[in-house]
Amino acid sequence: MRLRGWRWFAAPAAALFTAFWLLPMVKLATLGAHEIDGRAAYMHVLTDLRYWRSLFNTVGLSLGASLLTVILAVPVGRFLARHPHFPGRRLVMGLIAFPLAFPGVVVGFLIILLGGRQGVVGQAARAVGAEPIVFAYGMAGLFLGYLYFSLPRAVGVLTAAAEGIDSSLLEAGQTLGAGPWRRFMDIELPALAPAVTAAGAMCFATSMGAFGTVFTLGTQIDVLPMTIYNEFTNYANIPVAAALSIVLGAVTWAVLYGAQAIAGRGARAGGGA
Amino acid sequence: MSAPRAATQSRWDSRLGLVITLLVVAFLIVPVIFSLLAGVTQNYFVGLKSGLTLRWIAEVWALYADTLWRTLIVALSTLAIVTLVGVPLAWILTLMRGRLARAIEELITLPVAVPGLATALALIVSWGTVGGLRASTAFIVIGHVLFTLPFMVRAAGATMQGRDLPALDQAAATLGARPIVRFLTLIVPNAAPGIVSGALTVLTLSIGEFNLTWLLHTPLTKTLPVGLADSYASMRLEIASAYTLIFLVLLMPLLIGLQWLGARGSRANTFPSAPRATSL
Repeated sequence: MRLRGWRWFAAPAAALFTAFWLLPMVKLATLGAHEIDGRAAYMHVLTDLRYWRSLFNTVGLSLGASLLTVILAVPVGRFLARHPHFPGRRLVMGLIAFPLAFPGVVVGFLIILLGGRQGVVGQAARAVGAEPIVFAYGMAGLFLGYLYFSLPRAVGVLTAAAEGIDSSLLEAGQTLGAGPWRRFMDIELPALAPAVTAAGAMCFATSMGAFGTVFTLGTQIDVLPMTIYNEFTNYANIPVAAALSIVLGAVTWAVLYGAQAIAGRGARAGGGA
Repeated sequence: MSAPRAATQSRWDSRLGLVITLLVVAFLIVPVIFSLLAGVTQNYFVGLKSGLTLRWIAEVWALYADTLWRTLIVALSTLAIVTLVGVPLAWILTLMRGRLARAIEELITLPVAVPGLATALALIVSWGTVGGLRASTAFIVIGHVLFTLPFMVRAAGATMQGRDLPALDQAAATLGARPIVRFLTLIVPNAAPGIVSGALTVLTLSIGEFNLTWLLHTPLTKTLPVGLADSYASMRLEIASAYTLIFLVLLMPLLIGLQWLGARGSRANTFPSAPRATSL
């Protein structure tokens, strides 16, 4: 047996993970079953319209941002893959990759610089004599934040996928008389589909759990992570916060896992989420 | 070289691609440029004509220097623990392969897949009342270790598998070397590239981590991203920008290091490997 003599090597990781994640998570899940006014917190969460609205907002916003991210990332990825040698290509790719390191709080701040009270867009509107436009501190700002975070990741995944398309297939299609649109729909899109699923799921999952960005943009935005935070800190309603965390965690994990099953192992490697 | 490949994209197709690419680049970079400028501008509302200054940087230093040091301590402690715990685990998983190994990898990735809020709440309800843990920086380190461990395991494991270390190890075992000796003299040196790239990822993630840290910190254990959120909420735009500038400068060496490692390992033309945050 290859593992002989090695088993104890896994002990520190196993102990650490069990003590600080597995058991605490089990405790969190059981806390969600604690009764408030005679009903488990899970039942409160499932029957209260407030939480449903919060969940609905979160899912809707995340879904929309993921869709737009993929719609924008497909042409960018195709362009970068089909033009491997244009002047400034390295710069363009470097600039797209630079924001990968920004955490959610910083993304939120950048959105404020774009659409906040002293934002670029507002200043530009003022300069041409229009009413200053402010859109950073609500759902629109949050949507742009999700987009900002997701775009570099999705472009990376889709550029790699588009580079993997055999260009002789496209040339064959062209020789056989297929127009650009037919070639895109019949050859490129099916080939890109796993990468699109992977990138979309990754955007969706990160957006669902986003907290730093929401926190920076405005604590009044009604999305699930903010609701959990408010239940915990402002109302000290720990069973409900626990139940909501478990629900959010389960939904997020299920989406990632499902997409991974569809897109194959490449989903994880490319997503990093 | 490029002509025959580009020919498969029609002219309007290429142009549309270029326009969308440039728009995406603008959306990503314009706010960063304004942030960098705001950090060194006397008065952002007046604009650049009010003059450049290092005053805001100095003010951030006076207000928040402690968060910078704490962040470095947390990141280095996290890295030390993750390396000690994660590299041996990566080796075990390399030897195991198969379903069980994948399931274990999946399991330790859960703290990344599940929103940070959930992990932080779970830690607080289970360990928040134990001794002085809640008030100490160690509490934050625990959260960061959980969050970064899978990245080290994956990066180290990838090199271990790629170099067929199990076969080499078998040979060393037949020659009579004990496991610990083989691990330190054969496995770790051979897996070094993966461990180094894993280490840079761990440092980047720990330095930027906010979602867990915000719930785990106390007023006396603020880290840099916690300070950033604080400055975004309560300081003038110039100070918030200067603070962000310091944060980006701190990330720079890690960014360059990972790019360099990525460039050595792959074709020059592929998408750059950059350190990436994994939660919003």
